[in-house]
Amino acid sequence: MAEVVIATEKLTKRFGDFTAVDEITFKVFKGEIFGFLGANGAGKTTAMRMLIGLSIPTSGKATVAGFNVYHQTESIKKNIGYMSQKFSLYEDLTVMENIRFYAGIYGLTNAQIKTKSDQLIAGLNLEKQAKELVASLPLGWKQKLSFSVALLHEPKIVFLDEPTGGVDPLTRRQFWELIYAASDKGITIFVTTHYMDEAEYCNRISIMVDGKINAMDSPENLKKQFNANSIDEVFYQLARRAIRAE
Amino acid sequence: MKQFIAFVKKEFYHVLRDKRTLLILFGMPVAQILIFGFALTNEVKNANILIVDQAKDISSQKIIGEISASHYFQIENSINDPKQISRAFQKGIIHLAIIFPANFNQDLMHLHKAQIQVIADASDPNTATALTNYVSAIVTDFQADLNNQFSLQMQIIPEIRMLYNPQLKGAPNFVPGVMALVLLLVCVLMTAISIVKEKETGTMEILLVSPFKPVLVIIAKAVPYLLLSLINVVSILLLSVYVLHVPVKGSVLLLLAESTLFIITCLTLGIFISIKTNTQQVAMLVSLMGMLLPTVLFSGFMFPIENMPVALQIFSNIVPSKWFYIIVKSIMIKGVGFSVIWKETLVLIGITLILFFLSVKSFKIRIA
Repeated sequence: MAEVVIATEKLTKRFGDFTAVDEITFKVFKGEIFGFLGANGAGKTTAMRMLIGLSIPTSGKATVAGFNVYHQTESIKKNIGYMSQKFSLYEDLTVMENIRFYAGIYGLTNAQIKTKSDQLIAGLNLEKQAKELVASLPLGWKQKLSFSVALLHEPKIVFLDEPTGGVDPLTRRQFWELIYAASDKGITIFVTTHYMDEAEYCNRISIMVDGKINAMDSPENLKKQFNANSIDEVFYQLARRAIRAE
Repeated sequence: MKQFIAFVKKEFYHVLRDKRTLLILFGMPVAQILIFGFALTNEVKNANILIVDQAKDISSQKIIGEISASHYFQIENSINDPKQISRAFQKGIIHLAIIFPANFNQDLMHLHKAQIQVIADASDPNTATALTNYVSAIVTDFQADLNNQFSLQMQIIPEIRMLYNPQLKGAPNFVPGVMALVLLLVCVLMTAISIVKEKETGTMEILLVSPFKPVLVIIAKAVPYLLLSLINVVSILLLSVYVLHVPVKGSVLLLLAESTLFIITCLTLGIFISIKTNTQQVAMLVSLMGMLLPTVLFSGFMFPIENMPVALQIFSNIVPSKWFYIIVKSIMIKGVGFSVIWKETLVLIGITLILFFLSVKSFKIRIA
């Protein structure tokens, strides 16, 4: 039985009268690539913010890396990595300076920082750009760098919030290579995305509609269940009846 | 032409729907006229002065009568001991002291000549000059009356002494004011913008997800400005001493310590603004309009606070630079020690603590 790294039970978030996340229950296993899908306004980002310790749930339970989201957010933060939609890198700092900064605030020692940053830069073939400002990198490279930086402190789980926005399919594919490599090392990937073809790359996916999870299974099984040829169609069938849209 | 009008129409929509622009367009001119018309004036009124009447004779009483009737002066009754005069000047309780010698009337009648001692706080040379001129005018009037009455040529000579700034230089008044302004500008504006920038670019979120405590994020943001501001303070003081020839009469260490306190107050204010605002533009507006303007107007270095309507005087108490200006002036120009300015120091500490707690509270609410 695979180890559970994320578990939620009727996790809910309300803002006044508005229920953004409505009693969602799911588990994510170690080493999985878990796709967290949903239309705009379905509640994905709100749900994720609760899991990474940025927001306290209104009710329900959730544990991430074994720590509970109400009282142990500090421990959660030490064990997870995060890549936001708007990226994480400082444009007016160089590649090297960004790496050293994040390694530093995650508490890595100087020796570790040296090894990890060399590895990272070699891994992405960024030796020539190491001393350039991040602003000078093309978007695709920034994304890959951002992802690698999120992994510097070897977290158990990494949360990716729409990591491949705005780049061409080839670059997206290359990004997913990085995700596979991380998953192979046993890191759990929790990724939200709009791109339904990326859903196919995941081990399991869940689809949120109006705050609830309306489907959760492997891409194959979902296609069979909904009699669809692609996740696109599955999504369309579910989302079409949604009341909330952005 | 029609296309042009279509465009102009759109521009009107932009302007009229943006509450902030409307505020600046209509609110500001009104506020400025009211403030500059009513509240701010260089004219000196109701200045606190002390009169020590060692003669208590008919002439001294008469002159004192004229002085108390004048709306320029407010006689301070709480100081009876002449030895406390110096302390009163140091604390800024009085702007002027007039001392009548014991034989005032006698000297006038028998020697046809008498002296009055007039001591003025010249750390604000404008006020000092104005007040001594008023006194001289009243004395001259009285002298003229006497001469008419007795058909004699009697002379009352006011011996004027300007404390702290005998040459009546303008710089001693301005240097403390400029210090308050510069520190406020750098610390409040820059800190606010720096933190809000992280919010705008989205990197703040990443920092919040890291195990790095949010409180430390904020403190780390403030540290460079603390150090840079201290360098600023030192350079202003160096310029003041060597170029403007305004020496630091009091303890330089005390001055630096108080400056550090004020810097921390301003940084905390900047942090509070950054938590409450979400874009750099708004942060900048709030810092400039909300902080810089009140500092210039209400700290007391351009327009004496005592001359403002009571409501504005009360308001000036929450402007931190008002207290800092008093502290710097006292140390630099009057050369006093901590025992004189402990009250103002306490006020600054209080303001800082309040801002700090408000910031922490606001920050926590945002997260939940």
